[in-house]
Amino acid sequence: MPMVLLEGQKPGAWQLLKNGIFSENPVFRLALSLCPAVAVTTTVANGWILGVAVLLVQVLSSGTVALTRQWILPQVRIPVYTIIIAVWVSAIDMTLAAFAPALYAQVGLYVKLIVAFAIIISRLEVFASRYPLVPSLWDATGMGLGFLLALLTIGAMREVLGNGSLAGIRLLPGKPLLFFALPAGGFFSIALLMALFNKLERMAATRHGRPAAPRAAAGGSHG
Amino acid sequence: MSATRPLILSPGPHLHSVESTSRIMWWVNGSLAPAVAWGAFVFGPRVLLTILGSIAGAVVAESLAARMLRRPASVGDGSAVCTGLLLSLTLPPLVPWWIAFLGGAFGILLGKMIFGGLGFNLFNPAMVGRAFLMASFPLPMTAGWAAPRPWFGAPLDAVTTPTPLTTLREHGLSAAMQSLSGHGGPWNSLLMGFRSGSIGEVSMVLIALGAAVMLVRGIIRLTIPLSVMAGLAAVTAFSGAPGLHLLSGGLWLGAFYIATDYVTSPSTQGGRIAFGLLVGVLTGVIRMFGGYPEGICYAVLLGNAMVPAFNLWFRPHRRVLAGSPS
Repeated sequence: MPMVLLEGQKPGAWQLLKNGIFSENPVFRLALSLCPAVAVTTTVANGWILGVAVLLVQVLSSGTVALTRQWILPQVRIPVYTIIIAVWVSAIDMTLAAFAPALYAQVGLYVKLIVAFAIIISRLEVFASRYPLVPSLWDATGMGLGFLLALLTIGAMREVLGNGSLAGIRLLPGKPLLFFALPAGGFFSIALLMALFNKLERMAATRHGRPAAPRAAAGGSHG
Repeated sequence: MSATRPLILSPGPHLHSVESTSRIMWWVNGSLAPAVAWGAFVFGPRVLLTILGSIAGAVVAESLAARMLRRPASVGDGSAVCTGLLLSLTLPPLVPWWIAFLGGAFGILLGKMIFGGLGFNLFNPAMVGRAFLMASFPLPMTAGWAAPRPWFGAPLDAVTTPTPLTTLREHGLSAAMQSLSGHGGPWNSLLMGFRSGSIGEVSMVLIALGAAVMLVRGIIRLTIPLSVMAGLAAVTAFSGAPGLHLLSGGLWLGAFYIATDYVTSPSTQGGRIAFGLLVGVLTGVIRMFGGYPEGICYAVLLGNAMVPAFNLWFRPHRRVLAGSPS
């Protein structure tokens, strides 16, 4: 169930974290940033690095916007957000290049692309620009963790099925289904995990006695 | 007991004919029997295991999915058997049975049942399964071409020969014709089916026989197959080998059996012509300029993606008679 926040309401930290990880999971629920979710998730390790980088950029950008929001003119807010994100991405990009060159050689291209990730600017637009620093940081942490969780599960599924290993540890002798290591298999993996995510959330909702979210067009209109 | 019955509103069509889905599907399956028998003769009885594996994968996937979705079992309508059979006939003869099983299961699960079952799928399930196998098992799917056995004498065991289209692609027309020169000449090899290729594609005569049965029964019309062939002929006309292109590869199997699938082809005559031409042109483009010697599978899948657009662009127009209210 997506969280509905009323104007002026103070959401709690736990509520915000849960919202980002489950109810409004960036990949499985909001379906944002699917492009990197397909591109980097051939292995768990790649998903982990990019997920952590996105978490950092999200927290730093949301914090910056929450602090400076009263000086950002609404008419030019999108370019300003982009510049803020670009600043933090550049900082992380240079830090990685300086301190972890081997890692940087693998994921450097994708780290630069974080500037264009839809999930980051969308959280600035819908949350950090309207809330003070502390809730904005919790929201950013929740969203970043939700994205990281999604990348890890997609990466695990694709690494096991496509490469026969998990987090670099070989489980099966060959490559069982190469298809899942290819981009087309990435889309299929995301769709299957999204279905599983919906199923689990519906089961959890029923167990807590809440009515399950209405299924679209279930059963049709008989009478 | 209340006397009121629920008013059931259902979408059209409301016209019924004696033909049912299962009757049509079993006729299609039956008309493929000669091609199956020929495949088993010319490539050895081992291919029957591949065919059964593919059908089993499709049937198991369909019944499991129906059970998970709490739907009535739909295996009996023969469409899953048809998917598995068609998929297996497009596989190289040396593909192991478990790969065929995976292909059939994947095609049915993620090509058909996930969209809601028969009638709701966008893409031909058999070709979804084949594309999945091409991506997952590139080596067996492109190298498992058994050599055909002769009419008389011992079968050639474990000998592989590239298909005529592969030879044409890599060594040119004369080499391709050279590879077909046994068994009473190239045209005889192509028409009768003494050549390497997919299990069910090699014999033009027997595919034409099955297609004739379907045409006589009114199951398919010639619109789509002829358009596919016209499209391919147009692209390959100046390649120097249009005859080989038209009589080779899975073209006939694809044109008569795969492109004509009711669910994944347009529902108006104009749309069918456009769809068939697109599939034919794409097949030729993939064969001549793409990365694979045979292109009918991807051509059909790409054509399937265009079917909703063709249905929109080639809608039947209501005739407005003079004096009738507009």
